[in-house]
Amino acid sequence: MEHYDQARYGPADEDTNEPLLSEKDQTSVDVDSPLPDDLTRDGIELPSLEEPELARHYVRLSQQNYGVDSGPYPLGSCTMKYNPRFTEEAAALPDAAVHPDRSGGSVQGTLELMADLQDYLARIGGMDAVTLQPPAGAAGEFTGILLAEAYHEAHGEGHRDEVVVPDAAHGTNFASAALGGYDVVEIPSGDDGRVDLDALEAALGENTAALMLTNPNTLGLFERDIEQIAEMVHDAGGLLYYDGANLNALLGRARPGDMGFDIMHFNVHKTFATPHGGGGPGAGPVGVSEKLAEFLPDPHVREGDGKQSYELYTPEQSVGKVHGFQGNWPVLVKAFAYIDRLGDDGLGDASAKAVLNANYLAEQIDYDVPLGPFHHEFVASAGDQDAADVAKRMLDYGVHPPTTKWPELVDEALMTEPTEVETKSSLDDLADAFNAVAGEDEETVASAPNRTTARRIDQTSAARTPRLSWHDLD
Amino acid sequence: MSGSPYAAPSEADTEAMLDAVGVDDVDELFDIPEPVRFDGEFGIDAKSEQAALRETKRRLSKNDDLTEFLGRGHYEHYVPSLVDSVSQRSEFLTSYTQYQPEVTQGFLQVLFEYQSLLVELTGLGVANCSMYDEATALAEAALLAKRVRAADGNRVLVPEYVRDGHVSVLENYTGGADVTVERYGTDDGNVDLAALESAMDDDVVMVYAENPTTVGTVEEHLDAVGDLADDHDALFCLGSDPVAMSILQRPVDVGADVVVGDASVLGMPTSYGTGLGVFATREEFLRQVPGRLVGVSEDADDTRAYTLTLQTREQHIRKERATSNICTNQAWVALRAAIHAAWLGADGLVDLANEMVELPRDLAADLNDIRGVKAPVHDRHHVREFQARTDQPAPAIAGDLETEGFAAHAVDDHTLQVCVTDANAHAADEFVAAVKEVTE
Repeated sequence: MEHYDQARYGPADEDTNEPLLSEKDQTSVDVDSPLPDDLTRDGIELPSLEEPELARHYVRLSQQNYGVDSGPYPLGSCTMKYNPRFTEEAAALPDAAVHPDRSGGSVQGTLELMADLQDYLARIGGMDAVTLQPPAGAAGEFTGILLAEAYHEAHGEGHRDEVVVPDAAHGTNFASAALGGYDVVEIPSGDDGRVDLDALEAALGENTAALMLTNPNTLGLFERDIEQIAEMVHDAGGLLYYDGANLNALLGRARPGDMGFDIMHFNVHKTFATPHGGGGPGAGPVGVSEKLAEFLPDPHVREGDGKQSYELYTPEQSVGKVHGFQGNWPVLVKAFAYIDRLGDDGLGDASAKAVLNANYLAEQIDYDVPLGPFHHEFVASAGDQDAADVAKRMLDYGVHPPTTKWPELVDEALMTEPTEVETKSSLDDLADAFNAVAGEDEETVASAPNRTTARRIDQTSAARTPRLSWHDLD
Repeated sequence: MSGSPYAAPSEADTEAMLDAVGVDDVDELFDIPEPVRFDGEFGIDAKSEQAALRETKRRLSKNDDLTEFLGRGHYEHYVPSLVDSVSQRSEFLTSYTQYQPEVTQGFLQVLFEYQSLLVELTGLGVANCSMYDEATALAEAALLAKRVRAADGNRVLVPEYVRDGHVSVLENYTGGADVTVERYGTDDGNVDLAALESAMDDDVVMVYAENPTTVGTVEEHLDAVGDLADDHDALFCLGSDPVAMSILQRPVDVGADVVVGDASVLGMPTSYGTGLGVFATREEFLRQVPGRLVGVSEDADDTRAYTLTLQTREQHIRKERATSNICTNQAWVALRAAIHAAWLGADGLVDLANEMVELPRDLAADLNDIRGVKAPVHDRHHVREFQARTDQPAPAIAGDLETEGFAAHAVDDHTLQVCVTDANAHAADEFVAAVKEVTE
């Protein structure tokens, strides 16, 4: 196994690591402004340091942070792929830096790239039209809910006020439906970890607006009954929504549109390798079938009428806007460049290797993996161990642990998604880390981690006495 | 080329792994029923890195190279090189949400420092570590107001100067909570207090105003707006940005309960509207805050450590009862803004803000000298931008300016809006000459 010690900086005799900027300097400035005094504040107090000190501060902090480039990052449901650096260069092109209120005629390049990305995503998802505006996956879900609502209202079915969500779904599905004002009808999964058709049948009815489904689901299992599920939802008058979080399992092998989904979102920061940036920005484009295209957010991009090659327009019955401007544009440029580089072959290979890697890793670890066959991720059970403790102990072995304790269908869940970026040898290292922890006694596991910048952090204290800015510190 | 250049297993690895799994071909691992298998092609050709970069460049080079005098909610300041060099460090760039705080102390500390910056600027007790943008932050503020003032009513009042698009986002986000969004009048680019007062009632849960406003003016009646909101037990939500806030009236001092805005004025070039939603509020609403919060705690050695906290507000735990559906946010943009703010320091931030008062004043005076142009339209102080009345049709002027190499807003038939910052001030004289050329 690899040797690993994460950086620690800070005064040896004090109880801090790298000090806060505010501990290095605080400068009070009286505001002396061309504005009248009654329209200004008295002053501000902020750190004021020279660039060399700042460079050292941030570089030290970066060394206290773990990313995909640091080592394996098999965080289930998050698709932590390698982020190709050339896409950073693409997004930073001076021609990409335009204001969102530019006239369509003066940003034909931007519109062409958007139109082409819309087209690529439509082909990949088997959809008829795609909006790029939602700035993240959850925003895509919410956009989908708005579209479903507009669709039903336009068909005189505005009374439909329920959204059906399986218990294994991402928390965002429930929250996005609730944000749209819908009652969430949660259905339990069957013993095989998939949608229970009887439970679905019981949940569907004249008030069903949509079913939100992840496929493969969060256990990595393909919903084999998808054709029947689609038929049941459509027969009930509902729409079928595809949560694209797990699309990395299917590229080139199955498309949501072909499965009967009416609406879907793509997580480009997962499937199309744009960097996760410590939590964002992502982008959550939404694809729809033809019957929903007229409701897409405003503005939309299409080929022009000859005068302009591409133009912005408002779809006939648009739901309006879901972001102040056009979403996270630089992320969209990165996604376009990635798809354009990989093409059919590369995208299909990415999914193939992602699925192979997950299956190989599952084979190598000592923990029980109860369900299957799985695709790009699997959910192991830590059994008698506490999954959260297992995760902390894995940190000592220099790998990022899986998502833990979720989905709850598996006891002490270790939700593991290695993605296509790991070699066999790094998967073997990852398996060694799992297996080392599996064989350790409770005390060792519960007292981890020891080789990380911070040792086990007291979550209770953080929540009980919130200290949320340097103003709250002594 | 065949396959993904970023899929690591080699051919030999693949064979060995297939053996270990017990299948001959990777296709056997896909448990997809035959009728829904995809046998077609996307029709996208694989390319070398060089060719893919060239393809992106080829498209984007079709954008006209215009010097932009555009603002109205999306602004550019000079971004110091340190921001790119640090934010591109892959330990930051390629990490995700800090679910394992023990190995992500670095990013957490930067986000904590970002929250601290906003607490200092707003004077409010709590700032989260990002929403998507100003429009969605405003919508989340209205939802918070509806939750904490639920007994009172469902009306949210926003001034006429707010962008239509922002109001559309607000309506979309709050429709599910049965919130009604109403516009109230403005007077010479500021809140019209009489109009607001007549719209106020006890069923109002939130009043919104901006400082500076979308039309560039400095608001002069914020205390009165705060008092009016207070009188009716409504929340006062103020829209601003971290540069302007460094000199304008401190939000807490005018009675703001929530501050929203766009902090991507720091750290980001113009990026077709990519935002960084500010969300700050009073401590009493802490458990109703949407999005992620970084807090301080201690580790097992009693050393100070940072962690995401109060997560029971969030969707992955609370599901349909969460305070928001947000998961992926704008953390990396917040990191860039924090670095930019630190690079400026207290003096630099105040100096930049003061420059944003002087530049539009000077540019408006120069434009006002042109026959057929009156600037500024509003007899107010301005930050970054102002409106100008034109005798000739403004859309035609904006069109003609494009052929001269400039972009400005035509906000109605005879009104231009012009934004000037440190990013485009070097071209202000040429811009004035171009306006003169196309209007006279």
